[in-house]
Amino acid sequence: MPLSDKDRIFTNLYGIHSWKLQEAMRRGNWDGTAGIIAKGRDWIIEEMKQSGLRGRGGAGFPTGMKWSFMPKASPDGRPSYLVVNCDESEPGTCKDRDIVRNDPQTLIEGCLIASFAMGAHAAYIYIRGEYYNEAVVLQAAIDEAYEAGLLGKNAAGSGWDFDLYLHRGAGAYICGEETALIESLEGKKGMPRLKPPFPAAVGLYGCPTTVNNVETIAVVPEILRRGATWFASFGRPRNSGTKVFCIQGHVNKPCNIEAEMSIPMRELIERYAGGVRGGWDNLLAVIPGGSSTPLLPKSICDDVLMDFDALRDHKSGLGTAAVIVMDKSTDIIKAISRLADFYKHESCGQCTPCREGMGWQKRLMDRMVEGRAEIEEIDLLEGVTRQIEGHTICALADGGVWPVQGLIRHFRPVMEERIRTYKQKHGGGMPLAAE
Amino acid sequence: MSAQQDVKHHEEPASFAFDAESEAQIEKILKRYPAGKEASAVIPLLYVVQKQMGRATGSAWVPRVAMDVVATRLHMAPIRVYEVATFYFMFNTKPIGRFHLQVCGTTPCWLRGSDEVLRACKDAGALKGYGDTSEDGIFTLSEVECLGGCVNAPVLAVDDDYYEDLDYESTVKLIEALKRGERPTPGSARGRLCSAPEGGPEVLLDIPLKAPADAAGRKGE
Repeated sequence: MPLSDKDRIFTNLYGIHSWKLQEAMRRGNWDGTAGIIAKGRDWIIEEMKQSGLRGRGGAGFPTGMKWSFMPKASPDGRPSYLVVNCDESEPGTCKDRDIVRNDPQTLIEGCLIASFAMGAHAAYIYIRGEYYNEAVVLQAAIDEAYEAGLLGKNAAGSGWDFDLYLHRGAGAYICGEETALIESLEGKKGMPRLKPPFPAAVGLYGCPTTVNNVETIAVVPEILRRGATWFASFGRPRNSGTKVFCIQGHVNKPCNIEAEMSIPMRELIERYAGGVRGGWDNLLAVIPGGSSTPLLPKSICDDVLMDFDALRDHKSGLGTAAVIVMDKSTDIIKAISRLADFYKHESCGQCTPCREGMGWQKRLMDRMVEGRAEIEEIDLLEGVTRQIEGHTICALADGGVWPVQGLIRHFRPVMEERIRTYKQKHGGGMPLAAE
Repeated sequence: MSAQQDVKHHEEPASFAFDAESEAQIEKILKRYPAGKEASAVIPLLYVVQKQMGRATGSAWVPRVAMDVVATRLHMAPIRVYEVATFYFMFNTKPIGRFHLQVCGTTPCWLRGSDEVLRACKDAGALKGYGDTSEDGIFTLSEVECLGGCVNAPVLAVDDDYYEDLDYESTVKLIEALKRGERPTPGSARGRLCSAPEGGPEVLLDIPLKAPADAAGRKGE
């Protein structure tokens, strides 16, 4: 049974209706918000834990547990903050954009409830700078909520004072990393912080802070209205809920779609995106969860489920659920090489393995695209990515080497063939370029 | 920083001062951050500078003297502002053309034909390649990393507006319109509604709506 409209949280994902507050309320937003808050902090956090919601920004950390790390009281007088990550820059990902521009009240209501649950009287939404028009809509939606008494003093009649601010970034993928985002919000370069201390102890302005993805926060009100059991009834255990997928690349009808977790990848692509261009048998590979998640060849795509655990079992991941489909016409080495370019461009330069490694990887991948390399260099490339992985402050470099590792894991014969072809054309014995 | 390579020497203005429109924006911006944390406003103020330069000169960029003005206003050392202005890709530290054509070249757009969008920009905009500004100063061409419009790929951002689902012909048409002083409506060149599939949404067609009065009555419940 495919997910029915009555179980979709984002009722205006495509902007069929207006984003305006009055229309959003007709769709059910802000229904009984004060009543939810009256049930108290512990009830909300427990309900979030029971719902099984895992963070929608890529890492998939259980949301209720994350909130429970926030201090119950503030003996030293420091305030607590919620920071919402709308930096959405992982290549392939464009779901938060739809929430912000078409369903902004889901997010704003979620901010109030989540902030109450973590003891925060203020929250910042950090939106990527390129989403200018989206930021204009979101700010207007925040202004509307203030005017209606849903934000500010005694927000929505809940007895909780709450202020919500919008802050625009300025074009840096790294600011999607939570501590880099905090640095950026404080007016600095977006360079990740060493952890610990974790943001729940020392975050924005040195205060306890939780950073959550837009989709994570925006689903909160509906989960609490309908109950944890409802949300947990979709998807497999530990992978529950509904999820916005971004289906793109070589499909007949690219689109965003809210579907149930653990849906088979093939069903997702064929039911909602019109299938693979040229038919399922024309499929070469899929990047299942945004650029950082290693690609999967067709043989795995045939029956893999779209959830955290199933994709992890195949050494990939659900990530942000951005499904990048590539048919047999794709130069798969070039496709991954372009991602290597991306990570080189976006490295903040703080850690040596990333700053140097992303450039080195890009240069070698450029040669792999041409085939201007030695077969042994594939092993060298693999070996160097293993040296980079896990040796940096944040996960950017990990996300940068995983696509290349995935390419080698599943398409090594293609890489070897490319090198052999180049040698046949240009003669063997090419000296290794000094990299 | 491909947009800023190989750019000819440029003149820096001798001074910079916020105009009334900018001052009004700054007043609002500063209210968002706690007392003593005004450094948080550095990115917003650099945007204010860039927009004002666009209004005043037709080229939206951030001169060095303006960074100093921002530093003074926010009680920051100038170097802290320079760091931010050069770290973030969206600040132009050199003059650019009146329209900033930003082609997304990352894999999701590349798979859907961003090479054709680039070719169209070069042909119709009389541009040699990334980093180039046209002789008449109308266009600057940049490659940008993923813009986050991937299900509507390929995407071309013109200043702050996304033009989506492009191909060679629709990109040429867009650029010709910009030359004529028109500003086509942003969004899908193929008439799609946001991220819905081509041909129209197949879900979310049957959302129950409450009566307006009922919804309003629940406000603050």
